[in-house]
Amino acid sequence: MSDTPQHLKYSKSHEWVRVEPDGSVTVGITDHAQSLLGDLVFVETPESGSAVDAGQSCATVESVKAASDVYAPVSGEVVAVNEELADSPERVNESPFDEGWLFRIQPSDPGQIEALMDADAYAEMVASES
Amino acid sequence: MNLKITPLHAAHQRAGARLVDFAGWEMPLHYGSQLEEHKTVRAAAGMFDVSHMRVVDVRGPGARSFLRHLLANDVAKLQTPGRALYSCMLNAAGGVLDDLIVYFRGEEDYRLVVNAATAESDVAHMRTVAATRAVTIAPRPELALIAVQGPEAVERTLPLLPEALRTAAELKPFHAVWNDAWLVARTGYTGEDGFEIMLPAEQAESFWEGLRAAGVRPAGLGARDTLRLEAGMNLYGTDMDTTTTPLASNLGWTVAWEPSDRDFVGRAALERQRAAGVPEKLVGLVLTERGVLRGGTRVQTAAGEGVVTSGSFSPTLGVSVALARIPSASTAEILTAELRGKALPVRVVKPVFVRHGRSKIS
Repeated sequence: MSDTPQHLKYSKSHEWVRVEPDGSVTVGITDHAQSLLGDLVFVETPESGSAVDAGQSCATVESVKAASDVYAPVSGEVVAVNEELADSPERVNESPFDEGWLFRIQPSDPGQIEALMDADAYAEMVASES
Repeated sequence: MNLKITPLHAAHQRAGARLVDFAGWEMPLHYGSQLEEHKTVRAAAGMFDVSHMRVVDVRGPGARSFLRHLLANDVAKLQTPGRALYSCMLNAAGGVLDDLIVYFRGEEDYRLVVNAATAESDVAHMRTVAATRAVTIAPRPELALIAVQGPEAVERTLPLLPEALRTAAELKPFHAVWNDAWLVARTGYTGEDGFEIMLPAEQAESFWEGLRAAGVRPAGLGARDTLRLEAGMNLYGTDMDTTTTPLASNLGWTVAWEPSDRDFVGRAALERQRAAGVPEKLVGLVLTERGVLRGGTRVQTAAGEGVVTSGSFSPTLGVSVALARIPSASTAEILTAELRGKALPVRVVKPVFVRHGRSKIS
């Protein structure tokens, strides 16, 4: 069974979102998503400083099996990216909710965060897909 | 549809395998990490349940002449019992029906191992070709098949073999020993040393668990695919099928043209293709930029378009490698692959990327 931490928000496209004390949000892919992809071999993160729109593809995770787009869960500016993943993409598999984070966005419309799913809704969606 | 299971299915479940449908069989894709399994086979020893592949025994006074007619390679090359041979089995048009290994056990006793997806059509084809010849064609679904591969495979496996078969320690590649129930061959599909072992289904689980206790790591079909790709070995149904000949599949070396009067199925078509010129060839590709070549990726050459037949990330090399079918007239060393909207340079290499744990590309 995949892990779905309660304190995070989730998108339909299997990203998770964590709201930081400074109001920025950290984004990664869920345990369920990494488990479906299998071992990651490349992670392409967005440029720090770039503007993204909610729903826009802004990163790529590529596994032995397939390449998959990662979508911005909210609009805003990319303020940080996880540079470690360039050399250690396996961190996304090993620690999807922590060391495997992908990028951080300063949201332009914090209301978009509220529209995301909570853990129970996401777990239910995953269960209904399988 | 109910998936078929092998005698090791329960062992896979206990080991936490991710099970997937492969040619109608529920088989392990990996047991947690395909990459780790791959690396274990290159560095130590891993084992694969390949019991979905089909053992077919061909026996009788007509066995040798039948196989010399059935197969594009020539079993007459097998002079001493215990020798094995890789061959394609062709249709009349020279298309590849399957690739297989044939083991020579005696003048009237041969054993073939064919692919799972084609097992039934293979046996039907063999029976048609055999017609009234003095041979029996006996599929052996009651046998399990386990491949133990890696630099430590032989030493870890030997103590677990039936005592009489421990002479397997001295086997050269493509040689086998057997008793009335087991067959142990120094063959494989990874580019590493190791054994492929056929044994009664009811003994498979205890043998598997014994190997596990001896430090052999279970590996799934995912690692098997990246290992064989690194070794430059074709996968039937992906790199070749009935629409391609061995000559267009980098398998010309497996076609025995001599003696010229040996009539094998597909010979006339292959001779015509050889005389007219083979339009396509199967080459190796290496992508040094980030990204992964996948089956279906388009490749542009000055002589026309080609396509990746199988591609993946190479865990040993840290870059993507692929087999691709391109126009024979292409001679450029650098081609262009279209990957997710980007045109990236790929280098053409001899399709052997890794052997015995070491890079073969310069």
